Amino acid sequence: MEEILQKSQLSIEKSRPGCRGVRFEKAPQPASVYLDKKFLRTKSPQLPEISEFETVRHFTRLSQLNYSLDAQFYPLGSCTMKYNPKAYDTLSTLPGFTAAHPFAPESAVQGTLEVMYRLQELLKSITGLAAFTVQPAAGAHGELTGILTARAYHAARGDHQRTEVIVPDTAHGTNPATANMAGCTVINIKSAADGCVDKKALQAALSEKTMAVMLTVPNTVGLFEKDIREIADMVHAAGALLYMDGANFNALIGLAKPADFGVDIMHLNVHKTFAAPHGGGGPGAGPVGASAEVAPFLPAPQVSVKEGRYTLQGKFDKSIGKMKAFYGNIAVLVRGYCYLRQFDAKTLPAIAENAILNANYVRQRLKGKFNAFFDCNCMHECVLSINPAEMNGIHTADVAKRLLDYGFYAPTIYFPLIVPEALMIEPTETENKAMLDAFITALEKIYDEIQTNPQVVHEAPHGLPVDKIDEVSAARQPNLHW
Amino acid sequence: MLRTVGVSSVKELLSQIPQELLYPALSLPAALSEQELTAHVKGLAAKNKPLVNFIGAGCYEHFIPAAVPALASRGEFLTAYTPYQAEASQGTLQTIYEFQSCICALLGMDVATASHYDGATALAEGVCAALRITGRKQVLIPAALHPHYKQVLHTYLHNMADVQIKEVPFKGNYALDMDALKQNLSSESSCFVLAQPNFFGGLEEAEEISALVHAAGALLVTLVNPLSLGILKSPAEYDTDIAVAEGQVLGNPMSFGGPGLGIMAAKKAYVRQLPGRMVGIAKDKQGRRSFVLTLQAREQHIRREKAASNICSNEALCALQAVIYLTLLGPQGLKEVAELNVSRAHELAVRLDALDGYEVKEMPFFNEFVLECKLPAWKVIEKMAEKGIAAGYALDKDFDGFEHRLLICATEMRTEADIANYVRAMEAI
Amino acid sequence: MYNQENCRFAATHEWAAKEGELAVVGISNHAQEEISDIVFVDLPKVGTQVKVGQNCCVIESVKSASEIYAPVSGEIVAVNEALNDDPALVNREPHAGGWLFKIKMANPAEMDALLDFAGYQATIQK
Repeated sequence: MEEILQKSQLSIEKSRPGCRGVRFEKAPQPASVYLDKKFLRTKSPQLPEISEFETVRHFTRLSQLNYSLDAQFYPLGSCTMKYNPKAYDTLSTLPGFTAAHPFAPESAVQGTLEVMYRLQELLKSITGLAAFTVQPAAGAHGELTGILTARAYHAARGDHQRTEVIVPDTAHGTNPATANMAGCTVINIKSAADGCVDKKALQAALSEKTMAVMLTVPNTVGLFEKDIREIADMVHAAGALLYMDGANFNALIGLAKPADFGVDIMHLNVHKTFAAPHGGGGPGAGPVGASAEVAPFLPAPQVSVKEGRYTLQGKFDKSIGKMKAFYGNIAVLVRGYCYLRQFDAKTLPAIAENAILNANYVRQRLKGKFNAFFDCNCMHECVLSINPAEMNGIHTADVAKRLLDYGFYAPTIYFPLIVPEALMIEPTETENKAMLDAFITALEKIYDEIQTNPQVVHEAPHGLPVDKIDEVSAARQPNLHW
Repeated sequence: MLRTVGVSSVKELLSQIPQELLYPALSLPAALSEQELTAHVKGLAAKNKPLVNFIGAGCYEHFIPAAVPALASRGEFLTAYTPYQAEASQGTLQTIYEFQSCICALLGMDVATASHYDGATALAEGVCAALRITGRKQVLIPAALHPHYKQVLHTYLHNMADVQIKEVPFKGNYALDMDALKQNLSSESSCFVLAQPNFFGGLEEAEEISALVHAAGALLVTLVNPLSLGILKSPAEYDTDIAVAEGQVLGNPMSFGGPGLGIMAAKKAYVRQLPGRMVGIAKDKQGRRSFVLTLQAREQHIRREKAASNICSNEALCALQAVIYLTLLGPQGLKEVAELNVSRAHELAVRLDALDGYEVKEMPFFNEFVLECKLPAWKVIEKMAEKGIAAGYALDKDFDGFEHRLLICATEMRTEADIANYVRAMEAI
Repeated sequence: MYNQENCRFAATHEWAAKEGELAVVGISNHAQEEISDIVFVDLPKVGTQVKVGQNCCVIESVKSASEIYAPVSGEIVAVNEALNDDPALVNREPHAGGWLFKIKMANPAEMDALLDFAGYQATIQK
């Protein structure tokens, strides 16, 4: 692309006074007839003034500067970037759904309520848990919901001294941040040498002050906690609850039910496991499920069915209340519902099976050049570790940026924290062998470059609309608006 | 592939999972093909009955120009990931920067975040920021605040040691009781939440409230309707410290209330106290202007338990729809649509007030007002629904003694014919 | 100014230099190298009471947030305002212009519990 086309202007820089894209009919009366001028603004806000055509050009050209899942492979560990079926976009935006008001008479919104109910039931089915709320707007929101629910559960039993939440050092940053937001003390425990929970450390940390233990299963190094039943027993023996972060559920869906191995509360990510698109950073949806004992404390309301009618009415007096203004990110939930309806008991397990096979294939093919930190079979994601001393001073960040030059989005980097120079790869089940082979070939080429021409890797990316960005100056003198 | 991995079946890769738990019985309905799924879900959507909508109460029906969904649904935006790898995400990053800029321009504030889940959670997080900034323990809110927003605030603040939420009552015409505000403000007050308009649609005496709040050393947290700012004074003009809003009104459909779009903006001094993502301008190696997520050291992936908030995913696509909407309308389009809202709602209010047994109290409002009816509100809603009209929101479940009061909204989507029909239908009850 | 040979050090990489009743506090050269480009220093408020070992300040880079612990107990009587506009000063002059804050010591004997330069060097050599 030529320099001229590459330069992207801000919409405000293209503005011409008096220009605009959309007109409305003139109001019969100006606002000043009805409202005292003390309420009215005197200066126009500095919004862009461009035509509709210019607006369309502007945003279309911006979209072309993006990598996106529709166009590029995204091996992002813990993000489950699987194909987002187009049918679900169409169906979630049907006028029947988009025109529904949350306070409309229930008889007028039976369709949406039915989708919410059926999704609740499907999630109960595949996790084994007794109840689900579809209210949380994202995974982290689901985590907060779960921990607040746990807190309410203990409080109802008079157990007010339970204020500690145990979190392994492999946890995603949202876990301890959530516990802190819920007013709890975070107890971090070091993982064992094999990357799994250190049972001794867990036992030492458990006490009558423990509210919950938050675990990601499989964990963030891509391994299933083989002692999960024992761990669950330990947690329960201490009188605490086991919370499962469902970010990695793509490795378990259809293969095992979290309720079966002792999970009391969990959240799921519709924008990960259930194929809803990431949207550049949301909206997501983070439904939360709970065991029968804990369910009464979940946020209200949940959809139930009474005499063939779906309703949000019910008794929720033990509930923690509301987590957001309305009932959930409905448009996202419809997509999740659509996804689950395209599988049955026989075909659902194939999702996880293929996700796991793909991750192990990549791990095995890269052996000898880029090695996994733990030399064993992984689940749906593998964590590689780079040693700069053996790689001519090249760090994980450099490899990630160089992959962009090869037309792949970079894997997750520098997470989990217990793996130095981590590179976490999650191919998902929707990529075929040809794509995996292409990705592996790119990494092999980068390996060769590291040996013969490390500078080109160190200074990557080279072929993108912009080169390496100076984040330091951006943070020292933040410029956050025009 | 199995050979490369060195196993004869995938089952061998599942050896870590307790074998007695593997492949549990799943109770699921038959799998649907795309065609069957389409028919099934269309059938579900058809079970939602379209009523002519006069309900607001925090979720509003506005006109969405076709260019908004056309642009936002492009795969490059829809299926993009969070823009951590900035060089590969300049499209998304620039749209967020433009969104932040438009919000700052509209609200008059110095800094804005990339978005929060919705107005209620943005308010909760804004209040938490005020608590952190002042170090004080009391939060004052108007009784005339959206009941669901109150609930969310309680849920979020419930576990904070010693934090109290106190409601300041409203007068007969739904305006804030200034004397009560004066009495409640003290050196313990971290902030007062000004809802402008308030839950009943009414516009408050913002300047007077701001002066009282600041005199007590507290922060002013204002909850606004962004679309109304096409004609109404911006919160910055009455010295708001933290402004929050529900951005669904800007180019996003109602969708039964979700997803929403939480907006948060503040004075420059508070930027590092704000939770959530922010995009800033940076230079690349060649000196070219580019965009990048900045001030990340505030966020959960770096601060973990010390982060102000756990927020990770937000509502990026909804924010994209909002910035496209604002770009299409510009200041003039936004003024026009806001004026239409005022006009339609006031026309309806005047004609309903003229009916026997119906009254609209005297209070300035934007596009929502309370109608006191001769019949109980639930009866009015039922009768109007029979005529294909969603008449409004019944206030009795949230406010004692309000059995006969209905909260009614008329946006630019309600034509003069819709309004005439409403009045006629109400007369006939 | 605050010659590293004359400073006392905490194992957590803060240095303290005696200035009459006050302890001037900063971070070691080793620490600023590890953190690399500093983008923001979240200084404590003047008047805050701190106990030895208490977290009272945070130094941010683009990718990290490092906690700074008070090497001695007392009251924060001054902070280095220059860092608000130029946080990189800590990188350039960790032992001079990049000082962080000054504590009016509650217990001057606490200085003796800190390491001397050689002792500190030994801990980071490990």
